[in-house]
Amino acid sequence: MPRDSEAIVEFRGVSKSYVLHGPALGLKHTLLHLPSVLREARSRPTFLALDGIDFTVGRGECFGVYGPNGSGKSTLLGLAAGVLRPTRGDVVVRGRVCPLLETGAGFHGDLTGRENALLNGMILGLSRREALAQLPGIRAFADIGSYFDEPIRTYSAGMTARLGFGVAVHTAPDLLLIDEVLAVGDEAFQARCMERLDELRRAGTTLLIVSHERERLARFCDRVLRLARGRVEQLAPPSEVWVPARAEAGG
Amino acid sequence: MTGGWRHRLELVVALVGKEFRVRYRSSVLGVVWSLLNPVCFALVLYAAFRPVLHVPTDDYVAFLLAGLFPWQWFANTVSSAPGVYLGNATLVKRTALPRLLLPLASTTNHLVHFVVALLVAVPALLLTGHRPAPVWIVGLPVLLLLQGAVCLGLALTLAALNVVLRDLEHLTQVLLNLTFFMTPTLYSEDLVPQALRPLFALNPMYHLVPLWRHLMLEGRLDAAALGRAAVCAAAALTLGVLVHRRLEARLAEGL
Repeated sequence: MPRDSEAIVEFRGVSKSYVLHGPALGLKHTLLHLPSVLREARSRPTFLALDGIDFTVGRGECFGVYGPNGSGKSTLLGLAAGVLRPTRGDVVVRGRVCPLLETGAGFHGDLTGRENALLNGMILGLSRREALAQLPGIRAFADIGSYFDEPIRTYSAGMTARLGFGVAVHTAPDLLLIDEVLAVGDEAFQARCMERLDELRRAGTTLLIVSHERERLARFCDRVLRLARGRVEQLAPPSEVWVPARAEAGG
Repeated sequence: MTGGWRHRLELVVALVGKEFRVRYRSSVLGVVWSLLNPVCFALVLYAAFRPVLHVPTDDYVAFLLAGLFPWQWFANTVSSAPGVYLGNATLVKRTALPRLLLPLASTTNHLVHFVVALLVAVPALLLTGHRPAPVWIVGLPVLLLLQGAVCLGLALTLAALNVVLRDLEHLTQVLLNLTFFMTPTLYSEDLVPQALRPLFALNPMYHLVPLWRHLMLEGRLDAAALGRAAVCAAAALTLGVLVHRRLEARLAEGL
């Protein structure tokens, strides 16, 4: 276990519930039924996506979160990214977070790869000067040739993902959040991604990977948190989470 | 964080730059449209009001320019405000980008367009025999600041509220149309009936448009109107900050 001072991510008794709205309330409905709307607002049904989550991730660690769809993985990642706020408990993240939740979040189709990379780098926390300095590296990493200066709308899905991944791994974050996106691009590109992630780790970047692919997590992570219906089912090294025989069977 | 503000400023500049590039990328005339739009709008209204409706105002082109350009700045900001977060849903849901920067960038974008429009208005005023007055040096920044505060306050309110109450988008358009006729852009403020003035006074542009016009055409800055505009600006900004702060944490869930 990492010492407390080195903890990059800390979840302390974190719960997150969502209010179930049904269809969005319109203004007409709100105004016509104001008393009942106000009354119901206090007693609307909620869905508990995460329930009392505790864990700590140390600097340079690669931490996997595994679970089926709907187990709360994305909510956990959203909380770590600072996009969502916990209903109860505390989420502490130290240093700069770079979310790689969806490749190319915020890319604009009419802007070129270069313009998008610059803007995205800045949105992910780089200063303009730092982002400009990273452009050659991003270009080389994405390896999309002269398309770097073409509008994104002319890109294939794979090319967009490569550029998005390229920007994210060049922002030198303290914590990199990865959501099921390791499966982008061809084999050569995947190998380069892995290489780059290893480099980042050696440089002290903490990785938080969310996936429902156990093989990938088993290969890459130091520890895996297994989620089931919003609760921690298990928190252990992958070799203990998946005994080898079962891992092969599950593939 | 000392670098925090610098970074935020850079981001606003980058986001405004993006808006400009996206808007004009695939058009032939490009950024010239920022100039042509206000000119064409002024010409259309001139054509409609001068020969057809015979509005009895001397110097009607200058009169229209001085009132319509500030109005357009206000109207463009307000009508695009409800879409600010909806249009940037991925950014809000996926990144920790300070939310406030998006309405701020949108407001700044429209401010830049207004400044471009002023570059059209001033030569036009000179052509119609008006002269820049020394009071412009004080008046222009003060009015820019006041109207900027009104615009930012409303943009913050509408952008955040529309995420939880989507009808606001449509309501905004209706109210904006109403507000246009409650603003003395096409007519002089003297024509507003006494009985209606308290109602009209709730509209920030009821105070701001005459201020702009007196400044541009007569080189005059009315202190009482300035005070009323300042009250509107403070009220709009307070409302915006309060509403935004309250809803900020819920934006990612609402989108």
